[in-house]
This record gives sequence, C-alpha cells and structure tokens, in this order.
Amino acid sequence: MATRAPERLAEVPPGKPAGHHRRAVRRHLVHQLDVKGSPYAYVAPFFLLFAAFGLFPLAYTAWVSLHEWTLLADEQPFVGLENFRTLLADDYFWNATFNTLSIGVLSTVPQLLLAIWLAHLLNRPLRAQTLFRVTLLLPNVTSVVAVVVIFSQLFGRDFGMINWMLSWFGADAVPWNEGVASSHVAISIMIMWRWTGYNALIFLAAMQAVPRELYEAATIDGASEFTQLRRITIPMIKPTIVFVVITSTIGAMQVLAEPLLFGVYTLTGGVDRQYQTLALFIYENFVKLDFGYASAISWMMFVFIVVIAGVNYLITRRSRGGLL
Amino acid sequence: MGMPRPRFLAPMIAAVALTVSVTACGGGGTEASGQAGPGAPAEKIKLTVALFSDFHYAPLYEEFKKTHPNVEIVERRAQFNDHHTNLITQLTTGAGAADVVAVEGGYVGAFTPSPEKFYNLKDYGLDKRQSEYLDWKWQLGVSNDGSSLMGLGTDVGGLAMCYRPDLFKKAGLPTDREEVSALWPTWDQYVETGKKFVAAGVEGAKFTDGPGEHFRAMVEQAPVGYYDEQYNIIAGSNPEVRKAYDMGVRMVNEGLSAKLAAFTPPWNTGIAKGTFATMVCPAWKTGTIKDQNPGEGAWDIAAVPGGGGNQGGTHLMLPKQGKHPKEAAELIDLLTSKESQIKLFKEASALPSLPALYDDPAVKDFVNPYFGNAPIGKIFTDAAKALKPQKVGPKAGDLLKAFGDALQRVEQGKQNPEEAWAQALKDVGRIK
Repeated sequence: MATRAPERLAEVPPGKPAGHHRRAVRRHLVHQLDVKGSPYAYVAPFFLLFAAFGLFPLAYTAWVSLHEWTLLADEQPFVGLENFRTLLADDYFWNATFNTLSIGVLSTVPQLLLAIWLAHLLNRPLRAQTLFRVTLLLPNVTSVVAVVVIFSQLFGRDFGMINWMLSWFGADAVPWNEGVASSHVAISIMIMWRWTGYNALIFLAAMQAVPRELYEAATIDGASEFTQLRRITIPMIKPTIVFVVITSTIGAMQVLAEPLLFGVYTLTGGVDRQYQTLALFIYENFVKLDFGYASAISWMMFVFIVVIAGVNYLITRRSRGGLL
Repeated sequence: MGMPRPRFLAPMIAAVALTVSVTACGGGGTEASGQAGPGAPAEKIKLTVALFSDFHYAPLYEEFKKTHPNVEIVERRAQFNDHHTNLITQLTTGAGAADVVAVEGGYVGAFTPSPEKFYNLKDYGLDKRQSEYLDWKWQLGVSNDGSSLMGLGTDVGGLAMCYRPDLFKKAGLPTDREEVSALWPTWDQYVETGKKFVAAGVEGAKFTDGPGEHFRAMVEQAPVGYYDEQYNIIAGSNPEVRKAYDMGVRMVNEGLSAKLAAFTPPWNTGIAKGTFATMVCPAWKTGTIKDQNPGEGAWDIAAVPGGGGNQGGTHLMLPKQGKHPKEAAELIDLLTSKESQIKLFKEASALPSLPALYDDPAVKDFVNPYFGNAPIGKIFTDAAKALKPQKVGPKAGDLLKAFGDALQRVEQGKQNPEEAWAQALKDVGRIK
C-alpha cells in the first residue's frame, strides 16, 4: 500500500491548494487502510488466540521433544533426536499405534456407513422430523465420562447387561476389557454411540441440498432406492463425505477418555496395554512428568494424523467419479 | 529529548525518595520482628495448612491459637491425587506451597530424596519426638540421605484380613475371628485355607478378590522391598519380591481368585454380594466396605497373615517456601502430640502412630458394630506395631503396578507366569 501512494500523488491535478491536497491524500490512505486492513483486524482475534494456544504449543512441543525434559530435574539437556530414536524402538509405542488404528477403523467405518444410512432414512417426508433429528444428536451432548462409565457397566464381566443377554444364547461371560479384540470392539461401540448421530445430521444437511428432480427422474427410470442412494446421493454429497471422513479420522486418532476410563481408570489401557491408544500413551508419559518423551510421541502422532488424513482425502476424493 | 522540566522533576525526586525510604522501613521492620523477644508485641502471621481431606483439625487449631494469639490458620483441601501432584508442581516451580503440607504414605518416598525443598525439623527441636513413634513410621519421615527430618507422622493404616463369616460357614471353616486368625499365621497357610474353601465348593463365591493386594502386603512385610538401603531399585533381583509373586501365582492357579481388581465397580459389587470371601484390609478399607452396604456383620476382621502390616497414613511436612517455619513446626508438634492423636482417634478414627496410645482404653476397647463388634482398635494397632521399617523409594507405586499387572495377566490367561514376570521386569526397567 505504501509503495503505491506516491503514484497516486502524481495523479492529483496541479493547481489545487497544497493543504487540500494533503488532506485528500490522508483521507485516501485512511480509506485504503480501512478497506484493505480492517478485514485482517476482524480476523485477528482468532489468529492471535490460535497463535497463542495452537501454534505456540505446537512449536514449543517440538522444542521440548528435543530435550531430556522432566519436571523434577533442574536441567533439561538437549538430546537432539534421541527421544524419537527411543520411541521408534519402543514396543509400547507401536502397540499403541496398532490399537489406535484398530479402534479407528472399527469405529469409523461402520459409523460412517450407519450415519449415511440414517441420514438417508431421515431425508424424506416424515412425521415428527425434528424429534428424530434431535434424538440423533442426544448421545453427542452426553458427557463422554458418563458414556464410558455406563458402557463399562454394560460391558461388565460378572454383572454386565451385555453378557447377561449373551447368556440367553448359551454364551459364556465375555471379559470385555481383557482381550484385545473384545476391548477394541467395546471402545468402538462407545465412540459410535457418541458420533454416529452427529455425523448423520451433517450428511442429512448435505442430502437436503441435492435437487429432488434427480430422484424423480431416477424413479421414473426405475432405479431402486439403493441405486438412488449409491448413484445419486453419495456422489452428490461427496465433499461432505470427504469432510466427515477427515474429521472422524482425526477424532479417532485422538481417542483418550474411552480407554482411560474403560472398566477402571488405567493409564496403560489394561494390564497388557491391550487398549492403550496413542493419546493415552502420551498422557501416561505426561503423568510421569517425562515431558520430553511425551512431546516426541505427540509429534509422531501429528505426523500420523497428517499422513492418514491425507490418504483418506485422496481415497475419498478419487472414488466414484459421480455427477460432480 | 531535552532535560525534564523542573515541574516534573520535583515530584519524581519525591517519588524516588519515598520508594527508598519505604523499602528501608520494610527491611528494618522485618529485622526488628525477627529479633522480637518475648514480651514484644508479636507480628501477625498467617499459616496455611494443605490437606487432602477433612483431618478434623479445627479444634486443635483453636488450641494452638491460645498459645499463639498472633497466628491465623487457613486450611485448604484438595482431592487426594490433585493434592500430591499440586505439591510436586509447587515445589518444582518454587511457588504456591502451603506452610504445612500433608503427604500420604504412598507419596512420602517421592519427596524424601529432596530434603533441600523442605525445612529440617531437627532445626526446630522436633527430633526429641523420635522415642514416642513407631520406628518405621518415624523412618518414613527421614530424608533418604539421613541428614534431615522432613516430616512428623500423624496416623497409620494398620493391616488386617477382612472375611465373610457366612461364606466361611458354608465352606465348613471356623467363623470366629480368633479361630480364623489362627488359620493363617503365614501366607502359605492362607493359601492352604483357600484350597479347603475351594474344595468345599461354595456356590458363586471365590476365596479372595485377586492376588494384587496380597502381593503388596507380602512385599511390604519383608525387611527389604523394591529398594535397597541406598535406594536403588532391586525389585527384579530381590527374592522377597519373587516369593510374593509366586504366592500370587499360586493363588491364581489354585482357583482362589475372583479375578477382580481392587477399587473397580465390579469389585464393589463383589463386596456387597459376597462373590469373594476374604480381602486384604487396611484400617481405612472398613469405610470402603461400609459404603457398599453389604449389611451389618456381613464382613468381619481377622489378623493379616505374615505378621502385621500397614497401608497409608500421613506425614506433615514444611516446604522451604514457607515464611514462618518456627510457628509451623510448633503447630505440627501440637497436631501430632499424644493428646491430639487420641482426640483424633475418637473424633475421626485415625489410628495413632504413637505406640504408647495403643494401651489406652479408648483405642484398645474400641469395637465396630458393623463388623460383628470386631475390636478394630486392637487388630489394626497390633498389625502396625508388628511392622518392621523398610526403605520406600520414590517410585514404589509404579513398581507395585508393574507386578500387579503381571499377576493380572497371568490371571486372565494372557501370559504364563514366566512371561508375565519377564514383562514386569521390562516395565521396571523403564521406571526412571
């Protein structure tokens, strides 16, 4: 802006009084500043907060991860990439990574399919539409702690409702939180309970923007309901699907409360770390006040999230070249 | 910029002069009060006391104020874990710690390696109290290098074995607490009793909750536990630890365990419904049992195998951040005195740490009707008296978890005892 001002000065016709001229220039500058500068001022609060609570912690975590940094020691010696080297050779880290991916896939894939199906069911003239939509959101407004506590009781070995129901079919009591697969299934169900309805509402909003003529035409051509869903709805709401897949992926990578509180408060995610996720692994080291190592895990997790979200983006974007 | 004009200069000089004189006054004042002898009007001071629950200290504060009218006492409380992690943060960041802090037995070892962060109570003449105390309780409050007395003990958590007379009766075992105690002077005999219980085939009930707490009690009874005299971790090589682990494995293999980890919701249900017949019981666990409402007389209390034991109990310490160590030391001297401890036993059932009080009728004859009129004063103090001192290091809790998890992995059939032991040693190796 400043570099352009002199050019404009030259355009001012000669013969005008100097004072008037200077005022005009000033007004012009203020106007320019208003038009070009004020949008930045309007968005500044977000970026200032983001810098203080998002960017700075990110950078500082990277700095801490390069040190042997525990709260109890007076010195924090610089160790370079030593923490990362230890981490990559740490069985418990890879165990946590496997658990996170396993729980992520088990919870996200059925969750999104179910959400699309629910949204599809609701995307038609229904009685008491608002009631159904609000009901979808209810599990999401429940506190995660309450959800985990209740589900832990449902999944109880001796007195849990699910084992009681399984016993009708002659099944033995399943110790849900002891096994790898059983605990992952139980935790995935808790996550699905909380997020399916929420995602269904997002899909529903997108579906309502799909022109109804497409469905009418398809109906006339004799396309079945399922074909319509597959050939019209899903291609039309693809941008929303990409968005939901990415947010769900990030959410799944960060699962903490469910494994922390499942059955009993446990930093290790069970006696054999059978359901310790990456976020819980970070928390375990944080509680040990080993901030250097915890920061290194955080950065590895960040890298994983970027990679997995990127892969998901590519997959969802390329699949089904539809109407758009 | 030129020279400041005179009309600004005058007030500035005045301000500087005032600041200097006030500072001088402040310095002089502090010195004067520091040297104030008896008879001089004492300076008003405030002592903060940080606790993790209601210790029922209010009447004792009033008593203290009678001799120290210039002292105001403010108590603050936080939840158990928060209280201790807050204290670690306050000590490392150098601000915010109270004048007097309560530190529970499980955490004392985390602070005793750092005597520089606390006042040495010997400097305030409190080492004269040593002869009154249970030896192991006193030693817990001494710094690892032995140079400093860091804390004075308040209460102890004597150990017993809680059992269900109804299930014992079904199994054809004695139900009277004296006879039950006589069944298991040692842990081996405890396991043998368990085998008889299993053989009797009591419907819907196991002999005990799980091996974890038994393992803990057995290690703590040994002369040396997870740490050696120099506070090196020797958990992996100490035969006492392995012995306790093997006993836990035997309990699992003989089918004694209900496979319930302590303090989980199903464990709570088990207490109420009687799905197991015995559990290791520190004094404060009687409250936990009562909270589950199993009914009056459902549980009774016998002696713990292996001769005595303790879990929990607290020390009072004075962080160096405090400004009034002399008054604070006088306060904790009063809070832990014989008279105070007997009052606190009557008021809050806090078991005294001074053996002279164990013959006091108020302690000796105290019975609890909820536990079949068990003489809990006597049972728990006998256990506390019998315990030998052991070096407790900073990571005792993490070490216990490593072995407790190993026993549970065996119990859940995930690993055989040797694999679980190997993994426990690996976990121990990670503890820094």
